[in-house]
Amino acid sequence: MTTTYSKANILPPPSESSTLWGWARKNLFKTWYDTLLTFFILGVLYALIRPFIAWAIGKAQWEVVQVNFRLLMVGQYPAAETWRAWLCLYLLAGILGLSLGVWARQKPWLSAILLLSPVLLVFYPDLSSEARNRLLGLALTALLAFAFGRWRGARLGRAAVILWVLYFPAVLIIIRGGGLLENLAPAVPTSLWGGLMLTFLLTVVGILFSFPLGVLLALGRRSSLPAARWVSITYIEVIRGVPLVTILFMSSVMVPLFLPSGVRPDRVLRAMIGITLFTAAYLAENVRGGLQAIPRGQFEAAHALGLSGFHTMALIILPQALRTVIPVIMGLFIALFKDTSLVATIGLLELLGISRSILAQPQYVSFQREVYLFISLIYWIFSYGMSYASRRLETRLGVGER
Amino acid sequence: MENVTHDLANNVANKETTANHPIIIARDVHKWFGHFHALRGINMEVHKGEVVVIFGPSGSGKSTFIRTLNRLEEHQRGQIIVDGIELSHDVRNIERVRMETGMVFQSFNLFPHLTVLQNITLAPLWVRKWKKEQAEEIAMQLLERVGIPEQAHKFPGQLSGGQQQRVAIARALAMQPKIMLFDEPTSALDPEMIKEVLDVMIELARSGMTMLVVTHEMGFAKAVAHRMYFFDSGQIVESGTPDEIFTHPKEERTKLFLSQILTH
Ligand SMILES: Nc1ncnc2c1ncn2[C@@H]1O[C@H](COP(=O)(O)OP(=O)(O)O)[C@@H](O)[C@H]1O
Ligand SMILES: [Mg+2]
Repeated sequence: MTTTYSKANILPPPSESSTLWGWARKNLFKTWYDTLLTFFILGVLYALIRPFIAWAIGKAQWEVVQVNFRLLMVGQYPAAETWRAWLCLYLLAGILGLSLGVWARQKPWLSAILLLSPVLLVFYPDLSSEARNRLLGLALTALLAFAFGRWRGARLGRAAVILWVLYFPAVLIIIRGGGLLENLAPAVPTSLWGGLMLTFLLTVVGILFSFPLGVLLALGRRSSLPAARWVSITYIEVIRGVPLVTILFMSSVMVPLFLPSGVRPDRVLRAMIGITLFTAAYLAENVRGGLQAIPRGQFEAAHALGLSGFHTMALIILPQALRTVIPVIMGLFIALFKDTSLVATIGLLELLGISRSILAQPQYVSFQREVYLFISLIYWIFSYGMSYASRRLETRLGVGER
Repeated sequence: MENVTHDLANNVANKETTANHPIIIARDVHKWFGHFHALRGINMEVHKGEVVVIFGPSGSGKSTFIRTLNRLEEHQRGQIIVDGIELSHDVRNIERVRMETGMVFQSFNLFPHLTVLQNITLAPLWVRKWKKEQAEEIAMQLLERVGIPEQAHKFPGQLSGGQQQRVAIARALAMQPKIMLFDEPTSALDPEMIKEVLDVMIELARSGMTMLVVTHEMGFAKAVAHRMYFFDSGQIVESGTPDEIFTHPKEERTKLFLSQILTH
């Protein structure tokens, strides 16, 4: 292409001072009332936070977390079987590293820092040397997978997606054990599952099963078959009108009605069913929103080409509809992760439940602040991680662009 | 692409119609939207290899009519027979007719989440069950034919309107249809892109494809149409060869409409 204007006319944008002081002057102290407001807010913040900081570095006693660390992480899962939780972590580190290597190509050092973060925990003083080695191994696995992903690049994209899809069912099988694995990994009854591990498992099961169910309900709600439509609408509207806690209680008292007497259904299983049923209703509404956003012309073009109704949905409509609702669905899954804490009310010992049972012991009653702060931090780290990952996913998939 | 005369207004000779069975038969076709009577007794026969242009004021039922031919709209009275298959509630017949007819829309309706090549190979792969290599080979030939083989791996959103519409034509042709339906294929295009699409359509018409084209591009009609139908208020007001329509329109409404679209 030939251009008639000379390069000299193309100017860089006016430079903005990028120093901290420059930024502050522009955003905080531009006018006298900006300055006033800035100092006022700083003052308020200081007044609010000071007692907290004073407590956190002065009086807080973190032994309660140290002593009960195992309980907080895996509950009463047998110590001899904890290696399975570690195995799941190793697999996660591998897949995560690989994915970052394949997809997050712009700022490799950022990914590397993220993957090396387990190493930071190594400096934690009261760590057993075994745990220390395992953490180092974790970081090493992640880094190796990362390097491999970077090296092979986009060719591994499909493999990475498949690994993610397989990962979650695999985790369930590994933690549950038994069956074909009986010799290698004997079955661990769900009554022993607990802590952060149980929180994760509840979340994972909720996501895995509510997703297909929600999509089916969304399709059912738009179906031309009145029966399918009414079943879906009734289901969605009933569930959305009831708080999750109620559903959890209901599932623990109602599910037994559907089973032959004498069969005691698993409490964890009942909670998983409750969470799945609850999330599916909301997911269905989100997916329905995505379906409605697809222009009629897409259906028409697909039909005109002779695609069947099923192929039209599976190949044309759903891929587009789901892509537009990724942000809301990820939001829903983050909410699900936090809402698993409600199963503490039906007596499960996930992260919140186990914390409360620890705090119920006389010697720990006075450490509520430490424990609740600690588990809040854990919830926050993972919620934020998921939300960050979902934003990355959105940009990658070009959500909102057509 | 073969050498296409750029002067669309030049009428072309070589326009004999084949005299065998009509490939499309519409008899007394009626269609209502609620209480609104959108098609009021349409009769039309189209023979193999014929190029038919349908024109008329907005809202006169042109789109509705050609969409009944592949059952994107259901007619409520009368009979439509496409390639010997009568359109009814029978889903298998509908799918067979849709395999025989390609459709090009005003707004392209490409699948934005698929590349150009995937847009074109999708139906051959899933409906005709071709092998991937075969489908892709034919898709590439079609992209050559519409003049944009280099865009095969882009997404529709990265193409200009004219290019998108040419992809849409290639996508419809990939199913090797016997009939092509066009619903105002150039109305959504910027003026400088209209010609590239019309050129493709003219080439297609000359290759012997049976085409029904809703359009107000009178140059195109003069160049390749065998018959023209003027629609108004859900009825065919007048039909004839382009020559008859342009030089001796019989109906006042046709004259008035033509004078309106030809003088701006
Ligand atoms: N889905 C629909 N529902 C209700 N009315 C419709 C629908 N589609 C078309 N119509 C009406 O039918 C008439 C014919 O429409 P259409 O065939 O699109 O006209 P044209 O293509 O000639 O501009 C118009 O009055 C339009 O408003
Ligand atoms: Mg129209």
